[in-house]
Amino acid sequence: MIGNGITKWLTGVAVGVAVATSALAQDQYIPILSYRVGPYAAGGSGFFGGSIDYFNLINATGGINGVKISWEECETEYNASRGVECYERLKKNNGGASLVEPLSTGIAYGILDRVAQDKIAMTTLGYGRSDAANGQVFPWVFPLITSYWNQAAGMIKYLGEKAGGMDKLKGKKIVQIYHDSAYGKEPFPVFEAYAKQLGFEYIKIAVPHPGNEQQSQWLQIRQANPDYVILWGWGVMNPTSLKAAARVGYPREKILGVWWAGSEEDVIPAGDAAKGYTSMTFNTPGNYPVLDQIRQKVYAAKKGNLEDMSRVGSVYHMRGVTAAILWVEAIRKAQEKYGKGKLMSAAQIRWGFENLNVDEARQKALGAFGMFPTVKTSCQDHEGSGAVKVQLWDGKAWKAVTPNWVVGDKAMTRAMLEKSSAEYAAEKKITAGCMAG
Amino acid sequence: MFYREAGQFKTSYDADSQIFPIRQDRIGVALMLAVAFVVVPLVATPYVFSAILIPFLIFALAALGLNILTGYAGQISLGTAAFMAVGAFASYNFVLRIPGIPLLVAFVLGGLCAAAVGILFGLPSLRIRGFYLAASTLATQFFVVWCLTKIPWLTNNSSSGVITAQKLEMFGYAFESPASKYLLVLCIVLVLALAAKNMVRCSIGRSWMAIRDMDVAAEVIGFRPMRTKLTAFAISSFYCGVAGALYAYAYLGTVEPEAYNLDLSFRILFMVMIGGMGSILGSFLGAAFIILLPIFLSQFAHGFGLPNSIASNLEAMVFGALIIFFLIVEPHGLARLWQIGKEKLRLWPFPH
Repeated sequence: MIGNGITKWLTGVAVGVAVATSALAQDQYIPILSYRVGPYAAGGSGFFGGSIDYFNLINATGGINGVKISWEECETEYNASRGVECYERLKKNNGGASLVEPLSTGIAYGILDRVAQDKIAMTTLGYGRSDAANGQVFPWVFPLITSYWNQAAGMIKYLGEKAGGMDKLKGKKIVQIYHDSAYGKEPFPVFEAYAKQLGFEYIKIAVPHPGNEQQSQWLQIRQANPDYVILWGWGVMNPTSLKAAARVGYPREKILGVWWAGSEEDVIPAGDAAKGYTSMTFNTPGNYPVLDQIRQKVYAAKKGNLEDMSRVGSVYHMRGVTAAILWVEAIRKAQEKYGKGKLMSAAQIRWGFENLNVDEARQKALGAFGMFPTVKTSCQDHEGSGAVKVQLWDGKAWKAVTPNWVVGDKAMTRAMLEKSSAEYAAEKKITAGCMAG
Repeated sequence: MFYREAGQFKTSYDADSQIFPIRQDRIGVALMLAVAFVVVPLVATPYVFSAILIPFLIFALAALGLNILTGYAGQISLGTAAFMAVGAFASYNFVLRIPGIPLLVAFVLGGLCAAAVGILFGLPSLRIRGFYLAASTLATQFFVVWCLTKIPWLTNNSSSGVITAQKLEMFGYAFESPASKYLLVLCIVLVLALAAKNMVRCSIGRSWMAIRDMDVAAEVIGFRPMRTKLTAFAISSFYCGVAGALYAYAYLGTVEPEAYNLDLSFRILFMVMIGGMGSILGSFLGAAFIILLPIFLSQFAHGFGLPNSIASNLEAMVFGALIIFFLIVEPHGLARLWQIGKEKLRLWPFPH
């Protein structure tokens, strides 16, 4: 019995070594800076599990025009210095990294200068510097789909529509309860600009990290009795907020969360208190052919990355799949220009990211129609979309509330990011300009 | 046999009071410096420089700062990361607002700002001790990070409170390659470590240790507690401030105030505890343990081909077990282990 166990383990090790060394030079190599332990493990394992599942699906169906994807994983624990170490460790392996995605603001900042120096494109899906959408100043950074600023603009747009028109927001009261960190303060300029323009009262209430005590903040909110509450939270702060709202009797229907407050892990711990709560997202919840393929071709072959297959299609998993789809599409785009079926360099993939065009037809072909907004990037616009969606937690699952994608006042956010990135360029003495393919 | 000091006679006061009285130690240190300054820059890869050596040296410097305060002067502090933050953000503002200021001067000024904050928050130490003091230094931690997120001027009105460190340029030379950054950090750490070593050997260090061992007795024999404690706070914070500035400039490049959170303070405190309280060498050993061991474990675990979720958890478990193991084997830290080993080596191979 024991001998059997050891043999099993040894075969496991042997297979593992074989898998680890299967990262050959002719594969498109992607470093995975994941976090599967620590307080944010639920998000990290879901997101990177989703990306790896999609890689496995691509490899099982013939690769990107025949080029297989390989990857190596490194545990960052969501810690900036561990993340930098991981990045430095993995970037040169297997012929060099194709791209990088840390899924952590701290790590993204820590390697922001390094990716430009190493010439490796970094994607920051739904977080990081909003002004990095200006590719003339940040040629190597791609805050794909939506940045914080466009998300904030989308929130106001949605609330306006809910109130029956943007002009109806006049005289209304909106509270933003936020995680007291760089992340929580990111949307201030957008909300402030909107408050001035539309004439609503904007109140900011801070919650110190980690946010597991919010009684006084919610009493404050109860007193102010706002028309809407925007919950800009993270981690344990989110379920605590929902529970505190239930305790002071503030209707959950009037709370709108940021997308880091919009996963199963954020609402399930709050139990019934979360019912009726809405949050932003950049995925439409539901099932898609691509997810079915992952179940059939990856999980059925016992290659699935998540131990619990029911997490396939959960919010974080779907975000991971979305990210991987965009990465693969960027590589595909680069191949179209630089040679199909060839190995792409990081610089060529950067060009692919800058010329990404995932329209509805392409989404249909991928089996992901409507799963995420269409993405069309350019040198000026590294974000490619700016559209968001609102979802509602009915106690069991997330349901989309808005049938269409919501887009806020992009002209306003554009002007803000132009100004902010120009300041960055001046501080770092960067001459803005498009990078040639 | 190899480590015998028989025949090494000291014939002058200078020889008697040198830092390393044993010749073998001097040779060892000289060899280590030669390796650090000559061999390492020749053989190390950029990965080793920018992911291992630079953070190791910076954290060793921060641990050294805390060791002065906690190990030598006996004042427990949980505000180390806050002092680092003050150093980093102050240096950033000096470079930003005084055009043409040499970066080294900005680092020193950043350190001095941290020292000023250290003195301010060291004042409660005159009345309270032990765990109560630890709780009051916790206030520094929260207050400084709060200030940095609340006062936009400190972060040059960056909407999210994130700063991007200016280019590392000194004497017209841009420190861009990992090797050059490493050498710069090494020089700064070496100078400060040497200064610390000498400080703890002279009257100021002895006054710290007297206060640490029994403050009433120290007061009776003539040490002024206020001055002694506050110099410990000031010098310790200066070290932490310089380490914080290096962390921003030579290591990460772009930092948010959250990077200097309570976790970092704890990590540095653990470095001091594991390395050895009241030991300069201990600061380096502790930093090596806390920074390098997890990296080594992670490389080892992942090289084994275990599934990543298991490898990551295993890594954390082994690391925790090792901390407990070392603290049981030698509660006085790794530096004490080295000291015991050295004493054994002196007698080897013929112990009594």
